[in-house]
Amino acid sequence: MLKTVEKLIIKWKSILPNSLRSLATTTTIDERELKNFEKHSESWWDQSNEGNALHSMNFLRVPFIRDGLIDTCLVNEKYRDTAVPLTGLKILDVGCGGGYLSEPLARLGGEVVGIDASNNLVTIAREHAGKDKTLNNLTYMVSSIEDFSSKNLEIFDAVVASEVIEHVNDQSRFVNECVKCLKPDGSIFLTTINKTFLSKLFAICVAETMGIVPVGTHEYDKFIEPHILQRMLEDSNCCTRIIHGMFYNYLTNNWSWVSDTSICYATHAVKVSS
Amino acid sequence: MLNAVLRKSFSKSACRRFASSTSLSSENHYDIIVAGGGMVGSTLACTLSKNPILSNRKILLLEASKEFNWKPTEKYSNRVVALNPNTRKLFEKIGFWKHIENVRYSPVCKIQAWDALSESMISFDSNNHVDEVAYIVENSLILYAANIENQSLHNLNIINDAKIKSCNLAIHEDEEIQVELENGASYTCELLLGCDGVNSKVREAMGVQYVGWNYKQMGLVATLNLSEDTEENRIAWQRYIPTGTIALLPLNTKQSSLVWCNTNENIKQLLKLSPEQFVDELNSALWKQYEKNDIVNQATKCLGSILKTLDAPANIMQQLPPSICSIEESSRAAFPLGFGHAANYIRKGVALVGDAAHRVHPLGGQGVNLGFGDICSLDEILGNAAYSGRKLNNLLDLRKYETARQRHNVPTMLALDGLQKLYTTDFTPVVLLRSLGLQLTHALTPVKRAIIEQASH
Repeated sequence: MLKTVEKLIIKWKSILPNSLRSLATTTTIDERELKNFEKHSESWWDQSNEGNALHSMNFLRVPFIRDGLIDTCLVNEKYRDTAVPLTGLKILDVGCGGGYLSEPLARLGGEVVGIDASNNLVTIAREHAGKDKTLNNLTYMVSSIEDFSSKNLEIFDAVVASEVIEHVNDQSRFVNECVKCLKPDGSIFLTTINKTFLSKLFAICVAETMGIVPVGTHEYDKFIEPHILQRMLEDSNCCTRIIHGMFYNYLTNNWSWVSDTSICYATHAVKVSS
Repeated sequence: MLNAVLRKSFSKSACRRFASSTSLSSENHYDIIVAGGGMVGSTLACTLSKNPILSNRKILLLEASKEFNWKPTEKYSNRVVALNPNTRKLFEKIGFWKHIENVRYSPVCKIQAWDALSESMISFDSNNHVDEVAYIVENSLILYAANIENQSLHNLNIINDAKIKSCNLAIHEDEEIQVELENGASYTCELLLGCDGVNSKVREAMGVQYVGWNYKQMGLVATLNLSEDTEENRIAWQRYIPTGTIALLPLNTKQSSLVWCNTNENIKQLLKLSPEQFVDELNSALWKQYEKNDIVNQATKCLGSILKTLDAPANIMQQLPPSICSIEESSRAAFPLGFGHAANYIRKGVALVGDAAHRVHPLGGQGVNLGFGDICSLDEILGNAAYSGRKLNNLLDLRKYETARQRHNVPTMLALDGLQKLYTTDFTPVVLLRSLGLQLTHALTPVKRAIIEQASH
C-alpha cells in the first residue's frame, strides 16, 4: 500500500512544476539512493576500498569545519590550540554514513550526533566508533533530517552535510531542515558536486570507471550549482561565507583546495540571527 | 526521547574533555610507544610530549640500557656529533639547548675538506664566518639534556632496562600493537615508533626490505690535544686519504675530537699503538705529502688558473689544520661503519625513525641530523593529524612522513655513499675527476649553497 503511494508521489513529482514539488514530497530520503548505499555498507571502513577518496577528503573537510568554527568565533579561545578545539560545540552530521566525518569531529572534542536514513550504516558506524573508547561524545541515530529537526530546533552550533545533498530528494527542503537545527549564528557546512560538464565527466564517468566510487553512486540530475545552493541557504536565512573548489588527485589520493568550483566544492554559511 | 539521548551523550562528554585517551582502562596501554631511548628516541619522545596538540596523549619511552646518570665532567666524552642549524632549532624549541649551552658546545664556522692525492680542496662557510654551519656537541650531553627535560613531562613515561623481545604489529585496521619485553612485561599502543638503531627490532617485525652493506671500514674516535693553543678553533677539518678520511672537529681552543675512518686492519693496529705512536701516526696521516700524479697536478693547476682569471674563489689552502701533540688518556674507541636503508619507513601504526631507517657513513657528519630531521617531520605530521581529528596510526599521515623523509634522506645518503667510494681509490682518472669536481664545486657558489641547504635540513 505504502509503496503504491510512493510510486504515485514520484509520478506526481515528475508532472508537477519545481515549486510545487516540495509540497508533494513527504521525505528528503531517496529510497533508491538508500538501497545503493546499503549495498556497499560492508566495505565502509576498509581503508583500501572505494571509501578511500572519502577518507582522504577528511584532510580537507575536517580543517575546513574546524577553521570555519574558529573564524566565526564559536570555538572557545581556551581550546583553540589544543587537541580538542571543538570542545563544548554541538555538531550534527547529517547523512553520516559509516561515520567517516563524525569520528574525527568527535575526536576534536565536539559533541557530535550523526544521523543517517540507513539502519545498516548507522549500525556499522556505531560498531566502528565502539572500538575507540575515547569516542564517548558521539551518538548515532537512524533518522531523516525532517524527523530530527522537528524535535531538535536550534540545538546545534554546527550542522555538517558532506557529500549528502546530491543524494536527497527536494534539496531546498533538505537545506531548510538542516538550518532549523542550527542555533542563530551557528554554521552550516556543505560539500557537494557542481552541475557542469566536467563534473559529469569526472564525478560519474571517470570516478566510476576508475573505481573511486561504486557504479550508480552519483546521479547528474541531482548535482547542484553553487549559486543555487547559495540561494537555498539564503532562503533558509543563512549567509554564505565561503565557497571553495576541491580537487581530487586520484594518483596520490590527495585532495586540495582550488579556486575552480566546477567539479567539487565546499561551502560554509552562517545562520543569521533574526 | 531523542533529546534525552542527546543530553546524556553531552553530559558524558563533558567529563571527557581533557581525559581523552589517557582514560583508557588498561594502564599498560599507551597512545605512542617510542622504542629506543638513544639520542633520537629520547629527543623524539620529548618533542612529541611537548607538542601542545599531543599533550593529552600518553607516551612511553622504552630504553634498553640502565638509567642514565652521566654528569658533565671537565673531560670531554670521545663521542661527539656535528649538529646542523636545523637540529639546533629543534633543540631550542624543546628546551635541550639551554642545558647544552650551560655546559659546552663548539660552534663551527667553516668546514674545510681536502684531497691528499691532489691537494684540491673545498670549504663551506656561511657569510664569512658570521653564521655557524654546525655545532659540535657530545652525544652524552644530548642525552643528559634529554634526561633533564624528559623527567618533567607528565605525559611521558620512561622505562629503563627494557629490552624488546618482540613486536606484534597490527594486522587488522583497529588492532592494537603489542610490544613484549624480555622481562615478560607487555605494552600496547596505537602508534609504535622504532628508534632502536641499526639492528632495529621494530624494523625486523615490520619485515621491510633493508638494503645494507658494510664499508669494511671502522671509525676511530679520540679526544686530541692540539700543539698550539689557538685563539680560535672553529674550523672542522677533513682530509681524504687513500685509506679513508680523517676529521678533526673543534671542541675548544686546546682540544679537538677525532673521527678517523680507515680499514678494519689499520684501525685495529692504531688501537694497539701507544699514545705517542698513535699521535705520530695521526700527524703523519694529516700532513703526509702523497706522490702526486703529474696529469692530475697539471690539470688541477690549469683549472685553478682558469678559475682565477674568471675571478672565481681560488683553490688555495688559506689555513692549515692544527697539529696534534697528544691524546686524552683512554679516549680511543672504534666502531664499524656501514650503509643501510629501509625500503619502507612505515606500516599501519608503525614508523621507523633515525638509524633504524637509515644508516650512513660519518664522513659528512649527517647521520644523526637525518634522524633529527625525521623527528621534526613526524612531529609536524602527527600534530596535524591530531588537530584534524585523525588517529595517530593513520596510514595516510604516516605515508606523508615516509615520502617527505625519503625524498630528503635518499639523495643525501647516496651522495655520502658516492663520496665514500669516490675517495677510497687512488685510480688516476678517478682522482683527476674528483679533484677537478671538488675545485669546480668550490668555485661555484650556487652549487655550494645548495649543498649547505641540503645538509642543514
